[in-house]
Amino acid sequence: MDLSDIHTLLESARNGDRGSLARLLSQIERSPVVESELRLALAGTEARAVVVGVTGPPGAGKSTLISSLLGPATAAMGKTAVLAVDPSSPFSGGALLGDRVRMQSHGLGECVFIRSMASRGENGGLARTTATAVQLLDACGWQLIILETLGIGQVELDVMDIATVVMVVLNPGWGDTFQANKAGLTEAGDIFVINKADKEGAAQTRADLQDSLALLQSPVPISIFDTVAVQQQGVDALWNGVESYLCSAREQGLLAKKQEKRRRRLLMRILERGLLSRMYDYLDSEHGSHRLSAVLRGEIPLEVLQAEMLSSVEAKKH
Amino acid sequence: MDNSQKRILMAKTGLDGHWRGPTIVARALRDAGFEVIMIGMASTDDIVSAAVDEDVDLVGLNVGGHIDVAIRAIEQVQVARPGLPIFAGGTIPPHAAKQLEALGVEVYPPGSQLVDIVDAAERLTGTR
Repeated sequence: MDLSDIHTLLESARNGDRGSLARLLSQIERSPVVESELRLALAGTEARAVVVGVTGPPGAGKSTLISSLLGPATAAMGKTAVLAVDPSSPFSGGALLGDRVRMQSHGLGECVFIRSMASRGENGGLARTTATAVQLLDACGWQLIILETLGIGQVELDVMDIATVVMVVLNPGWGDTFQANKAGLTEAGDIFVINKADKEGAAQTRADLQDSLALLQSPVPISIFDTVAVQQQGVDALWNGVESYLCSAREQGLLAKKQEKRRRRLLMRILERGLLSRMYDYLDSEHGSHRLSAVLRGEIPLEVLQAEMLSSVEAKKH
Repeated sequence: MDNSQKRILMAKTGLDGHWRGPTIVARALRDAGFEVIMIGMASTDDIVSAAVDEDVDLVGLNVGGHIDVAIRAIEQVQVARPGLPIFAGGTIPPHAAKQLEALGVEVYPPGSQLVDIVDAAERLTGTR
């Protein structure tokens, strides 16, 4: 793709053309060069959107919950975009992106934009381009962006680097008091949801979570909500909870503080990625691949290759 | 990593609960390296907005229920995304298949081999 096309597409996407927005989202997935160009074009655009991250284990009901939130969310905040990430196969590279199945027939028409993304080898619960996609949607006037991670375990928490507020979705019978006190997932949430709360064990799960969260000493109290998303139960209360979290976090200056931290982590990640791709370029080059073979044959130590690789990255800068 | 990943939308038209077919096809396409966006049983509006928002390279329709519903969906997708290839499967009687083919849709009736469907997807999305 011609890089000047990106600017044309961006202009029409910002003027509300969904096709151009959709096209840009695929182009940045296909090419890191296009992604960098778009990031440059968007630099200086003020971040205005509220980003609600929704994460939790596979099958917890994240997509269904998001679908059920679309009504109250659009009523409160207007245009709402959903980015839903599902895993790519480490074997074929293919993916079955099924989140949209749960989000059909919202009846909200042009007010809602849903986009499925494959993780394409990323290990943090999102895709490489998710952060850029969020920036793009924001620039195109989507005031609320709901970001669904793929089904996670305990540590795939990249969503923290992007979301204004992180919602963790669990189910009754999820672990016990020890599970609730493990590091990772339960430290990352600003709001917790026990979905499928009509199933047995909801009260115990709530009690375990409550005990664990009480020790976090968060400046803004962390609430736990019970929902049965398929029946739209507890959903309005949950949305009110999101709004009141945002309100008190803003009042206490927490949002600004978190945003600074998020930006820092995100920038580090982008820098790391850039460096990494330069190092792979070196290994793919004729000289680099010879040197790699030499390491594999045990002729030169790995440390020598590493030093060469770093100095080649350094040299390219000038 | 393959950076030229192709995206395929898989949808069912009509009020018909047979999931096995489209699920198996979606799985075969996934295993061939495609990104398959499943939307399940969907209205014409849902299919059209998914074809646009997801910027897919191909639409796969599992035709259930009345053929007119599928035809309406196809016509509207063709308006929203001119030139986007569409293929269809499901229990489609021969006269209905002719109607779909007249709209430029490739039809894979019962008995079609998965390998042929994957080949078609590769041909229609230009990866082969």
